[in-house]
Amino acid sequence: MADPAMMRPPARREIGADVYNEKLGIWIFLGSEVMFFTALIGAYIIVRFGSPEFWALPNQILNVPVTAINTFLLICSSVTMVKAFASIQDGDQKKLQLYMVATVIIGAAFVGVQAYEYTTLVHEGFLPSGYAAGSHLAELAARGELPASVSVYGSSFYTMTGFHGFHVSMGVVCMVFVTWKAFKGKYTKEDHRGVEVIGLYWHFVDLVWIILFTIVYLV
Amino acid sequence: MSWILPPSASTFASDIDFLYYVILWITGIAFVIVEVGLVVFIVKYRARPGRKAEYIQGSTKAEVIWTAIPAVTVVVIGLMSGGVWNDVKGRNSVPAGAIPYGVHAQQFEWQISYRGPDGQLGTGDDFTVRNQLHIPVNQPVVMRLTAEDVIHSLFIPAFRVKQDAMPGMTINVWFEATRVGEFEIACAELCGIGHTTMGATVTVHTADDYQRWLADRAAAADR
Amino acid sequence: MATTALPLEKTTHATHEMSFVRKYIFSTDHKIIGIQFLLMSFVFLLFGGLMAMMMRWQLGFPDQPLPAGQLLPETMAPGGFLLPEFYNSLVTMHGTIMVFFAIMPLLVGVFGNFLIPLKIGAPDMAFPRLNMASFWIALTAGILIMAGFFVEGGAAGAGWTSYAPLSASPEWTGVVGGQQLWLVSLAVVGLASILGATNYITTVVNMRAPGMTWFRLPLSIWALFVTAILVLLAIPILSGAAIMLFFDQTIGTHFFDPTDGGQPLMWQHLFWYFGHPEVYILILPAMGFVSDIIANASRKPVFGYHSMVYALISIAFLGWIVWGHHMFMSGMNPTLGMAFMMSTMIIAVPSAIKVFNWMGTMWRGNIMFHVPMLHSVAFVSMFVIGGLSGVFMASPPVDIYFHDTYFIVAHLHYVLFGGSLFAIFGAVTFWYPKMFGKLMNPLLGKIHFWLTFVFYNLTFFPMHNLGVGGHMRRIYDPSQYEFLQPLAPLNTFITVSALLLFAAQIPFAVNFIMSWFNGEEAGENPWNDNGLEWIVPSPAPHGNFAELPIVYRGPYEFSSPLVEEDFLPQTRKLDSDTEPAAASAAE
Repeated sequence: MADPAMMRPPARREIGADVYNEKLGIWIFLGSEVMFFTALIGAYIIVRFGSPEFWALPNQILNVPVTAINTFLLICSSVTMVKAFASIQDGDQKKLQLYMVATVIIGAAFVGVQAYEYTTLVHEGFLPSGYAAGSHLAELAARGELPASVSVYGSSFYTMTGFHGFHVSMGVVCMVFVTWKAFKGKYTKEDHRGVEVIGLYWHFVDLVWIILFTIVYLV
Repeated sequence: MSWILPPSASTFASDIDFLYYVILWITGIAFVIVEVGLVVFIVKYRARPGRKAEYIQGSTKAEVIWTAIPAVTVVVIGLMSGGVWNDVKGRNSVPAGAIPYGVHAQQFEWQISYRGPDGQLGTGDDFTVRNQLHIPVNQPVVMRLTAEDVIHSLFIPAFRVKQDAMPGMTINVWFEATRVGEFEIACAELCGIGHTTMGATVTVHTADDYQRWLADRAAAADR
Repeated sequence: MATTALPLEKTTHATHEMSFVRKYIFSTDHKIIGIQFLLMSFVFLLFGGLMAMMMRWQLGFPDQPLPAGQLLPETMAPGGFLLPEFYNSLVTMHGTIMVFFAIMPLLVGVFGNFLIPLKIGAPDMAFPRLNMASFWIALTAGILIMAGFFVEGGAAGAGWTSYAPLSASPEWTGVVGGQQLWLVSLAVVGLASILGATNYITTVVNMRAPGMTWFRLPLSIWALFVTAILVLLAIPILSGAAIMLFFDQTIGTHFFDPTDGGQPLMWQHLFWYFGHPEVYILILPAMGFVSDIIANASRKPVFGYHSMVYALISIAFLGWIVWGHHMFMSGMNPTLGMAFMMSTMIIAVPSAIKVFNWMGTMWRGNIMFHVPMLHSVAFVSMFVIGGLSGVFMASPPVDIYFHDTYFIVAHLHYVLFGGSLFAIFGAVTFWYPKMFGKLMNPLLGKIHFWLTFVFYNLTFFPMHNLGVGGHMRRIYDPSQYEFLQPLAPLNTFITVSALLLFAAQIPFAVNFIMSWFNGEEAGENPWNDNGLEWIVPSPAPHGNFAELPIVYRGPYEFSSPLVEEDFLPQTRKLDSDTEPAAASAAE
């Protein structure tokens, strides 16, 4: 039986954060994730402004239009996630299941598109270590149409976007688990903590992407 | 078991040593106050039958005093340090007319380059000597410090000189020797298996001896 | 073990009988997890200590083969003589293991886990299963890092600070797998720490018993709480940096490689941006324990409780803006050096405030010198030495001489061993009865304390003098340098003291193990202390409190005029006390 007290702070305790434990916990955990991405983004800023001659403009190597569409997809998945949460707040099991499935599919699609982007880039000759010897991009560089080296650019690009992709993938896995629970009817109007918690994580991952997209693909 | 720094042989060494002794005295006094205080309290306030502890929560006055005194002390030490730091390592600290040398650190030796007869470092008539730095006394010199592979650190204890050699950077290290003689150089940053063997020597000559050495060496050195 | 008490709130493990494996191996009980961390950490403390003994042998008796050294393989010590590469690995692994697998888990993993729920009046942590995961992840990391010794090329050898480019390529160290295992291990233990921190912070914020307001929390809990926030925010920086270095080593990225735009200095900035908060992680909990113990022993309130809290908080804040003082000689902009000097000088102040407040607590007290108090007074006396030696290095011109010498080694050991480890010995002795239901033998405790205190100082105090003489650190063979040769007898003296210091830990180990089986039975409150943990049986039962504890006052009401006894527990209700609002709040 669902306990109406589960989505409130622990009973008969000094007032702390005035939210239930799992919600406080995920916010705190996201604080550590902010610091993690700060380290990666900080390194990016240092090497990019330290060596502008080894940096390419976004359009020169990356596929900005496809990634823009991918960004839009991720934002859509945040919308479906919000709708899933709103559904179970109203006690609507069917809509919860529908929107959770939608979020999972769109989230997985994001990862898929990113994987596709990576394969294309590698095929063109853009590796984490810089140009692949003898590749198309290496030829362009030899002709002076691209910077002489992109090893820090590649290092930074793949590490930041790769770890973001890893976080998205972990999010998708957790969401599959939440979706499965939703189909089993484990969430109710009175207690849907898991949905809110994964939702918060998902919005965070989306926010990080918007920042990354801006600094990597637009600037 | 000495707290006295070894003898020094450079101009700014005395400024650095002076700061050290100021800090030694200040921390020494603080050390005595705290340690003696602890011993006194241990003896005076140990439990004895019939005694009771005094129910004291604190004292704002005490807090203010023992916040203000350390704060003022450390700020003073900081200000004193700032001047010396600027003189030794500051952006414009290298004296005009300092003789340049190349010091290239690598696993596991120091390659010292000397400017040749044309008086310019970095030209074709330069010559290089392994692990031996020769300089004239009472003359500012500046090392253009570079590293081949990993981080090393140029440490000349007698001159109170230390500077990490960073791959990809050229760092200026200036000093002025005040005594003739031989002094040791060590590497002070873990740089691999041979870190312990990166010893070298700096020989300080009189002005005339230095010219003589230069002339001899320029003729016979590895280019 | 004591009977299982009825838990207050719904937890996943109510009153059913659990198997031995569920109860003691894969336990979600914070107290069992704390003890698991304790056993794990002691094992790593032993490993770290053995490594130090080997290093000291090399420095004290370089011409003699290491005793039993023939047991080591040819790749480490042919004929019992350490190879330079093995010495570098020992230097690296000693530091890494002591920091990440001994001191940090002892302070945070053991006492964070054991004390927080008990001392705030909660039945367990907010997330018990996550807590269990933290332990097993940390243990896995420990195995990974020790594995470095068994792979080709040996264990990591670039120092616990792992500066690039040295650490980025086997070309420079000869170490391949060992360096990679080191990085993976740190990322893994980092994850365990972050999960633990999330748990501790949520628990302290949300699960305090009615009446346990923020300013009634014991300083041990304040310290653990502030430390958990530092862990949460600093460890991910190390994780990020470790990942970048790992990629440099494995997939050819160039973050720290100066060819084509990488920056070796960036490693130092990232590492120390984590590293400085890390050293406060390694001392703040110890300060918290010492505050609790000194008040208890002196039978007096902590002097300046509020100041002590603000000092903890300001140390935590300031700790983020001093990292450059590890980099004065690095080649970074000298103006930055000035900025970091000022912030570093200022951070000395809250630490000084704490020292004076500890002394103020003892002043006009009625002091019982039980074993935990011996260790706590030793903590204060040695932390002061460590703190004062730091002032020398805080001055960049003086640091020119002392950077990378044994003066730094003396400083760090005075704060980490003279400070943290002594506090740990005191804390283990103090809370042992609540963990195991027995008292540790006081005579063995005193013998251990005095031997350790004497040999500790004989080992580490002379290192200041080595530093004054210019003796560099991480040096396999000081005899290569004429200016170091006169210091050789001092090195030998230090080695002999260190060996005796190591041996002096035997009484502690014996005491710890023997007392578990044959120790005197402890009552609920053997130290007549005020904290909530002392109102439950010893050892504390699963679920902790039979009834919801209600808190009426702060933790340091010793020698209160309100009562006859010289202590007044937080939960004891006097006629003059009113019920806190939270006790009767609606469900």
